[in-house]
Amino acid sequence: MSAFDTVVRLIYLGAATCFVLGLHLMNSPVTARRGNQLSAAGMAAAIVATLAAVIHAGTVTAAGWIVLIAGILVGSAAGLYSARTVKMTAMPQLVSLFNAVGGGAACIVAIHDFVRTVGTSAGVPEQAAVATALDVIIGAVTFSGSLIAAGKLQGVVSGAPVVFRGARAVNVVLAVLMAGGAIWLMTPAANVAVLIVLILASLGFGVTMVMPIGGADMPVVISLLNAFTGTAVAMAGFVIGNAVLITAGALVGASGSILTKLMADAMNRSLANIVIGGFGTGDSAAGALVGADSSVRTVDADDAAIQLAYAHKVIVVPGYGLAAAQAQHEVQALAQLLETRGVDVSYAIHPVAGRMPGHMNVLLAEANVPYSQLKEMEEINPEFARADVALVIGANDVTNPAARRPGTPISGMPILDVDQARSIIVIKRSMGHGYAGIDNELYLDPKTSMYFADGKRALTEIAAAVKTLVG
Amino acid sequence: MSQALIADITIFVLSLLVGFEVISKVPSMLHTPLMSAANSIHGIVLAGAMLIAVTANNALGYVLAFVASAFAAANVVGGYVVTGRMLRMFRKRSEIPGEAAASANGQVSAAASREVNKGAAS
Repeated sequence: MSAFDTVVRLIYLGAATCFVLGLHLMNSPVTARRGNQLSAAGMAAAIVATLAAVIHAGTVTAAGWIVLIAGILVGSAAGLYSARTVKMTAMPQLVSLFNAVGGGAACIVAIHDFVRTVGTSAGVPEQAAVATALDVIIGAVTFSGSLIAAGKLQGVVSGAPVVFRGARAVNVVLAVLMAGGAIWLMTPAANVAVLIVLILASLGFGVTMVMPIGGADMPVVISLLNAFTGTAVAMAGFVIGNAVLITAGALVGASGSILTKLMADAMNRSLANIVIGGFGTGDSAAGALVGADSSVRTVDADDAAIQLAYAHKVIVVPGYGLAAAQAQHEVQALAQLLETRGVDVSYAIHPVAGRMPGHMNVLLAEANVPYSQLKEMEEINPEFARADVALVIGANDVTNPAARRPGTPISGMPILDVDQARSIIVIKRSMGHGYAGIDNELYLDPKTSMYFADGKRALTEIAAAVKTLVG
Repeated sequence: MSQALIADITIFVLSLLVGFEVISKVPSMLHTPLMSAANSIHGIVLAGAMLIAVTANNALGYVLAFVASAFAAANVVGGYVVTGRMLRMFRKRSEIPGEAAASANGQVSAAASREVNKGAAS
């Protein structure tokens, strides 16, 4: 190994170290920013070292430099623009798009390497053949699957599960093409035509994999595609024999897998069950009419305001409905108003609140809620018994006590112990069902009163009532 | 199997284990920034995309080099910027300007906070 190679590889090692330490620093909001900066510094060093290696190789043609520089400039500008302008509610789409381009780039690395070596007398190196096939498959599936996921989240593609007759047959055909193509690609008989079949079948499979999955399952899907992208990048590292790609890809693969497992557990669903799909229409507001059930107690803004203003401890339980109503700022305003009256306010965040893991925390942080008030489920559950009021906004299944009994669709799902609070106010548009499609027993609890309104309007009204009545 | 391949597999498996170890300690509050940070890290594929240019010498090679480097650059730049942006939002109580005062972070919250101020003062 030349001295130059040694230096480049040591810089790669340094970069990999920065990635690991950067992720390690994410374990607290206090150090997380430093972690991101450290990780970015490692990335910059690795890119500069690669640039030096590219120059050192001395084989890049003038056209090669032009496309490389143009590509980096165009990509950077697009990345920078979207990162600066994206709304926090749209974060899942952006992460999904980054998954798509990352997976796509990893796929192209393998495609180029294959096309370059397949015609030559040496042929495709034996150790690269398996990785090439895997990289093309995983990269292409991630690319098309992530684009569909982003489209569903953005509303460009129907968020409802799209299931068509013969979908299973199509999947089987695609799977056979992928497996056959991959095996053929590993034999000496491999050629570009096989590669093209493999790419197309994988792209198709990505689409048919994500289409039948509903909007509410997106936290799991995005985590899974994140893990796929990491794995694709690691495979690209195998193809070109680059250790930093392998390390970084494996780290991402691990993080995506952990988050996928956490999300699936928190939804009480197995991964297979989610991927097979057909569930999770999520956003559908269909359901019983307001007040259809006479045993439900309702409350108006004035009563709710009095309950909240004279409480000692209030726990806010936000769900995706809060974000859908864009009411984060209103809930923060109400919480701040209560705090000036000496009420202790905290937020109980269920792991699947939002459209990606931890999404609700970001939405509330954006609305100036200090992170010390954001409590995880395990931390807040024992506190409900000491809360005077639990204010539930747009959260449904994750508060349903039926989950504690066997024999319901949500049995065993971890829930927030909202029913332990001394009184409960639920802000909701109707008695409509949540994603699990079952009645929420919490609403029939004698301690519960329902406030039927859009989240944003209800919170504004309650805040106004607090001011006029007790301000 | 070649020695190089064994070495690569070793790195892969150990990195996976390190990843599991490090990431399982991240609180769920930070899972969105974590995923976004992991997203930026897989932007390292830019290194692979740049190396395409070393051997690209025909139209197909140039197209692949361009698309791959554009994709990877968007991934890495966008990933780090948006992660930083998100993490800046996670503030301690003391870091939120005046707690009840209007903040610069979005007009809605500023307006809402001003309203709160008026309410608290009256």
